[in-house]
Amino acid sequence: MGRFLLPVVAVVAMVIVLMIGLTRDPSKLPSPFIGQPAPEFDLPSLSNPDERVGSASYAGQMVLVNIWATWCVGCREEHAFLNELQRKGAIPIYGINWRDNRAEALRWLSEFGDPYVASGFDVDARVGIDWGAYGAPETFLVSADGIVLYKHLGPLNPHIWQNIFMPLIAAEGATR
Amino acid sequence: MIPEIGHFALILALCLALCQGILPLVGAHRDDAAMMSIARSAAAGQFLFVSISFGCLIWAFIHDDFSVLYVANHSQLSLPGIYKVSATWSAHEGSLLMWIFILAAWTMAVARFSSDLPMKLLARVIGVLGLLSVGFLLFALLTSNPFERLVPAAIDGADLNPLLQDPGLAIHPPLLYVGYVGFSVAFAFAIAAMISGELDRQWARWTRPWTIVAWLFLTMGIALGSWWAYYELGWGGWWFWDAVENASFMPWLVGTALIHSLAVTERRGLFKSWTLLLAISVFSLSLLGTFLVRSGIIVSVHAFATDPTRGFFILAFLSIVILSALILYAWRAPGLDSEVGFRPLSRETFLLLNNVLLVVAATLVFLGTMAPLIADVAGAGKISVGAPWFVIAFSVPMIPLIYLIGLGMHMAWRTQNAAPIVKLMRVPLIFALVLGVVVPLLFYGRVGLLLVVGTVGAFWIMASSVIQPLRSWRRERGATRITRSALGMSVAHFGVGVFTLGVTIVSAFSIETDNLLQPGGTLAAGRYEFIMRELTDVQGPNYIAKEAVVDVRHDGEFVAELRPQKRQYQNENWMTEAGIEVGWNRDLIISMGEQVGSDVWSVRVQYRPLVRFIWLGALIMAFGGLLAVSDRRYRETADAEPTS
Repeated sequence: MGRFLLPVVAVVAMVIVLMIGLTRDPSKLPSPFIGQPAPEFDLPSLSNPDERVGSASYAGQMVLVNIWATWCVGCREEHAFLNELQRKGAIPIYGINWRDNRAEALRWLSEFGDPYVASGFDVDARVGIDWGAYGAPETFLVSADGIVLYKHLGPLNPHIWQNIFMPLIAAEGATR
Repeated sequence: MIPEIGHFALILALCLALCQGILPLVGAHRDDAAMMSIARSAAAGQFLFVSISFGCLIWAFIHDDFSVLYVANHSQLSLPGIYKVSATWSAHEGSLLMWIFILAAWTMAVARFSSDLPMKLLARVIGVLGLLSVGFLLFALLTSNPFERLVPAAIDGADLNPLLQDPGLAIHPPLLYVGYVGFSVAFAFAIAAMISGELDRQWARWTRPWTIVAWLFLTMGIALGSWWAYYELGWGGWWFWDAVENASFMPWLVGTALIHSLAVTERRGLFKSWTLLLAISVFSLSLLGTFLVRSGIIVSVHAFATDPTRGFFILAFLSIVILSALILYAWRAPGLDSEVGFRPLSRETFLLLNNVLLVVAATLVFLGTMAPLIADVAGAGKISVGAPWFVIAFSVPMIPLIYLIGLGMHMAWRTQNAAPIVKLMRVPLIFALVLGVVVPLLFYGRVGLLLVVGTVGAFWIMASSVIQPLRSWRRERGATRITRSALGMSVAHFGVGVFTLGVTIVSAFSIETDNLLQPGGTLAAGRYEFIMRELTDVQGPNYIAKEAVVDVRHDGEFVAELRPQKRQYQNENWMTEAGIEVGWNRDLIISMGEQVGSDVWSVRVQYRPLVRFIWLGALIMAFGGLLAVSDRRYRETADAEPTS
């Protein structure tokens, strides 16, 4: 009978793996950044190469830092929502325009609207590496004292905003 | 009111499924004819109420009842009528209801076409199917009620994902599910036979036609899904080794093995325990597929958005079903296999090899699909297994299988003399070797080792599978009149050859070019030139689109006018609608990427030779299955012995 029980053993093993797997979210990549100080950066501004945009620009405020590019479909998906946040004055948003082309990026902003206070132009992706960017879009919630409160991979949407970002912002506001 | 009727009908269906699942099984155990006779009527009742429920959901979609949450999330006023119907099964809740409906329909079919089945066996088969229905109905009612209300009602719906607004995708899920769910019949027959302990050849005879019907639907469903992905996504790919595609492909592979193994069990009474294990595995893989798609455990373009309670529910259900089946198997299988010998050169050997290779292929696909999950659970980090791995891993068992098919179908049962088979196969072999080299060289101007392995294999199967029908047709001396069953086999194998040829040629000789294009510009793919004449704006029922008018020329000669589109749907989704010029020997595709300038677009043009053969081959396979089930012996009384 022994060998006929082998399938049972195999299936039990599979079920255990699946059970553990269920408790994990496959799209969630653990970020070593959460709770750490946000990486410093200093980039030429997208709209004006002579100006600088960087962590200094928003020191002392709670902000969103959004990594985006014109070649990224997810960025287009979340763009309308970022515009909405900006319109409502929910939070200042700083952009890092990642591995992109300046002319195309500017055309994109004029076409779809510009939700950013300012965007840094990170053409060679050096800042992107510091921020551990896997792929655009990525959105960081940075506290007033420069700590990464949350990192979201993929397009931002009202659901995620309401359930993850807003509680974090409210909790951060309550502690100070 | 209608949605509440639907909900209530679903609850009644659950009550009837409980009757159908428990009473006949108890009746069969106690030899109580009255209890066993409930099986048929309970199955009919369950089917009736599930149909009412499914009908109510479709009604809610047709009438834009946005007070139903599921409708509000997946439909819209401006959605064309046909897609309002197909939106019913476009997401988790509705497609689960469709799954339940199809299971009930299969049960009805078993109850209807089984007049020659012994009462006890029928009661057990219907009982097992009833228990499966109970599980799925509970799943729907407890975690995924499609009739949940939305208060206040939405004014307009959120629209159906534009990718799914397509005739191909409207019928792809139903076909796929008929196949997927159909394997539950083979499973139920296996369980019923194991409970009774009467695992004779008769059991295999009863199971076989049901399995073939499920298999042919699954074949068509997968082919249609692949065809849809090909033209709708416009990437030119026809199979992406995506986790959810694999979830439908694994039952297909093991189901194919099961059909062949059932042949041995029916004709020779061999491989009994192995056939049982396959019958359990096929349906288990269908369940696993359901779990993978609906639990959100694996990232896939196809996966439904889900919450973990659903995942745990299916996992629990899946474990109960599979483990109880396997424990029953471990109890019954020992001592089942009789000592009937066969020679190394015999049909049995070749069918055994077929089974081993198909199961190895399915195992490799399984491992590739599960590897990211296993690695994550084992703490090895996030990994992903891509198409290149699958292509190589899958080719390893498939290439020998292709060559064995050509030989195996002419083998005699028990023992085969080498001399006549060598004589018989000489002509097809020469034919395949010549055509396999000449065709790529003549039409495509190049040969390579792997390419020739593919083309020779394809022609080898095709040539070999026409021998029998041809001899029968010409009434050659010594050739018996071919049965429908054998004709079906020949046709299905011919389909494998056509499929193989398509895959080989399209993999070796496709051309694709990406570049920027504006009106007046030209882009070439091989000897085909794509000239963009103009860009226009198009207004669709629920989208606006930019349309390019493109002339295709071959060596300067006009071939076709194509009109690819980039659509923006009302719900802000963007979609690429490729322009495809279809030909039996090649497809020409142009798809629009991103807009880079005012009139400048990034565009991809493709030349895909013989790509149609891939789906044509699959259709021929399915048609072969249809011929095989129409064989007279499946309609004869149970005691008639197979003659051929």
